[in-house]
Amino acid sequence: MKHSDLLIFNSKGIYCPKAQIYIDPWRPVKNAIITHGHSDHARFGHKNYLTHHSNIPIIRHRLGEINVRGIEWNEPFHINGVTFSLHPAGHIIGSSQVRVEHKGEVWVFTGDYKTEDDGVCTPYEPIKCNTMITECTFGLPAFKWKPQADVFEEINEWWQSNKDEGKTSVLFGYTLGKAQRILMHLDPSIGKIFTHGAVENMTEILRPQLNMPETHLITRETSPKEILGNVVIAPPSAHGTPWMRKMVPFETGTCSGWMAFRGARARRATDKGFVLSDHCDWQGLLQSIKESEATRVICTHGYTDIFSKYLREIGYDASIENTDYEGEKEDTSVTETIQSA
Amino acid sequence: MKQFAQLIEKLDSTNKTNQKVAALASYFEEANEEDKLWTMAILSHRRPPRPVNTTLLRSYAAELAEIPLWLFEESYHIVGDLAESIALVVPNDIHSSDKSLSTILDELVLLKPKTDLEKKKYVQDMWMQLDYYSRFVFTKFLTGSFRIGISQKLMTKALSQVTSVPQDELAYRLMGDWEPGTTTFDELVFGRNEQAYVSKPYPFYLAYALENELEELGDVTEWVAEHKWDGIRGQVIARKGEIFVWSRGEELVTDKYPEIAALVNFLPDGIVIDGEILAFIDGQIGLFNDLQTRIGRKNVSKGILQKVPVIFKAYDLLESNGEDIRAFSYVERRALLEDLVQKTNHPALHISEQMQFSSWEEVTAERELSRDKRSEGLMLKKKSASYQVGRKKGDWWKWKTDPLTIDAVLTYAMRGHGRRTNLFTDYTFGLWQPNEAGELELVTFAKAYSGLTDKEFAKVDSIIKKTTLERFGPVRSVTPTLVFELAFEGIAFSNRHKSGVAVRFPRILRWRQDKKIEDANTLDDLKALIPE
Repeated sequence: MKHSDLLIFNSKGIYCPKAQIYIDPWRPVKNAIITHGHSDHARFGHKNYLTHHSNIPIIRHRLGEINVRGIEWNEPFHINGVTFSLHPAGHIIGSSQVRVEHKGEVWVFTGDYKTEDDGVCTPYEPIKCNTMITECTFGLPAFKWKPQADVFEEINEWWQSNKDEGKTSVLFGYTLGKAQRILMHLDPSIGKIFTHGAVENMTEILRPQLNMPETHLITRETSPKEILGNVVIAPPSAHGTPWMRKMVPFETGTCSGWMAFRGARARRATDKGFVLSDHCDWQGLLQSIKESEATRVICTHGYTDIFSKYLREIGYDASIENTDYEGEKEDTSVTETIQSA
Repeated sequence: MKQFAQLIEKLDSTNKTNQKVAALASYFEEANEEDKLWTMAILSHRRPPRPVNTTLLRSYAAELAEIPLWLFEESYHIVGDLAESIALVVPNDIHSSDKSLSTILDELVLLKPKTDLEKKKYVQDMWMQLDYYSRFVFTKFLTGSFRIGISQKLMTKALSQVTSVPQDELAYRLMGDWEPGTTTFDELVFGRNEQAYVSKPYPFYLAYALENELEELGDVTEWVAEHKWDGIRGQVIARKGEIFVWSRGEELVTDKYPEIAALVNFLPDGIVIDGEILAFIDGQIGLFNDLQTRIGRKNVSKGILQKVPVIFKAYDLLESNGEDIRAFSYVERRALLEDLVQKTNHPALHISEQMQFSSWEEVTAERELSRDKRSEGLMLKKKSASYQVGRKKGDWWKWKTDPLTIDAVLTYAMRGHGRRTNLFTDYTFGLWQPNEAGELELVTFAKAYSGLTDKEFAKVDSIIKKTTLERFGPVRSVTPTLVFELAFEGIAFSNRHKSGVAVRFPRILRWRQDKKIEDANTLDDLKALIPE
């Protein structure tokens, strides 16, 4: 870190010394800009939260009564001569990149992001900058996503064929983001969509903002017969728990970028792996960096050492900073605690 | 190829054995004769010889993906499987190839003698023309053994459903010396090719480890015991004036053991003996470690023959006078075997001593003597038992000696493969040893990668990531903080190991979270376990 850097990394988070404000801090601070609602970015205990307005219902749901101000995309605000603005990151609904400008120098923190338009959240927008702080959760050339239309075609075919065989399809994905993305692309003409409580709660919160098909919460009263042949969306942590008994006979499918690896599928003991991520793949990362026209790149989480080494080799001033962000965790069973069953 | 790749994808998409068998069965119903035969060959580990070495494959892949070689290597360390890494990184736009599985495999057979340039063109063209799963499967053919979690047993089961040939019969037909070039599907499954049958071994009968109390086996007089000798399980076949020695891995090893091949002039015709290839030095059974010096060698020199001579220790007789006698009782087969060994009277053919006991306590006492007798423990066999196919419970049990154990410190870790991809699960362990200055330092003595639960592996993995000192490709050295109790079956002095000691089958018994690294054992503690 250079002395004059617009953003620095300290023990609490990404900090702008000139404006005295943090971005996605992992320790309690006075003023925090929050890129999105996942728990490694939006944490409890800050005095003032600043985030895109579509993220407010999410973090209110997760963090309770907090002091939060919502802003629009591209709506600049000034703190002590530093200009900040939020721009869509395309990761999940309400996810932003943060643009920071001071005396003509521009920094961008991407937060978590993906370049493909998922039809759920406002699509990613490349922002020109001098220094880009980027995640690289999937920063290896082995990660190459298929267009989501292909993946959802596979998912719907899988559901249909399970149904034809008299089985229920259980799909695992993060409660915030992935679950709604799945929901919006399932084909409701195949059958009913059931949900786990954690998924249902989050979906309910997001309904005013998204036009999603009808869901049916699985409760104590739900009979196995009602569920049979339909699809169930559940958080990965529900896999292998007694909660699943009601769905027998079932096939399981996991939606995650890690499903690109056969080993990861085997370890998860999931029947079917669908490669579906809310992060950039290798080309997505490289393309975004190129479009930003940044000369300096700071990598925060993911395969940072490999990715930054490659960036240096192709001519960027690339370095690594340690953060507490986790990206899409491979072992999703420990990522999300079910908020209510 | 697409059909076969789809089969592999289907097998990958389910954890349920029944569904795997069903997928295989429907493939065997639909595929053409040549593809079926090649599929059986591939799934019984009869792939064509490797036409291109893996160093070249890596460079072809990196070039096609337009990435530097180091980046490909890093990706490979993380993906954990070379074929999968290649299939993932190469661009995949044109899926034009509709070559059949057998066409491709025939081409691979012909590829081996070609020039590097021709190989490169062929391999890169194929990668570009195949869809993801076909490309993965194709590359699997190139990189090595085709291990994808489909056992031969599973394949045999599916084939039996389709052909109505009983499983045990099929297991037998699929043994031995055949390849797609020398037979046809019908001949292999239904027919009888006399030439191929001359060398064909029987499927081995394998025992499970004893699960319950000895007393639950019933009356001790209905059982016999033998020592479980620590060599290479094998079959000696004498038919039509020829001799064949097969290892349990279905490898024909006749040329590697001329001492045993010499039995050709002494055994009568139509004989198949099940037994153990053992080092036999100065009239004493050798250690597995001794035998190991002969396993990898293609050319058996005079020196090595003198240094580590071998014998065949006979356990059982499967064919006598050209007749399959596996259905006979153990006692009947044993009588014929004793008679045969005695009449043959050859120094390379020994019989495994059979022991009968009048109480289970005596059996227990005999097991205690195993290490001194250089056996791994006891085999318990029911007198009335036929010789069965594959691993079966009930009539044969193995009862190994308790393993030796030592507390060691984790010093290096490597990323695992297969379902442990991207996790540090392969560990190197050290024991304390004073250096020249008299300070204790850790000396590496063993590697182990099994014995922990998935949860424990995940915990150890995160500790390794936090305590990493240095990275060497896929390997990391760590600040020593973790102590594990390791178990192993055998131990011997060795000048091939830095520690001067070789241990057999090391594995993790448990994580000693209660111990500090200072509490781990010393190298001298380990050496004290070596038998005189």
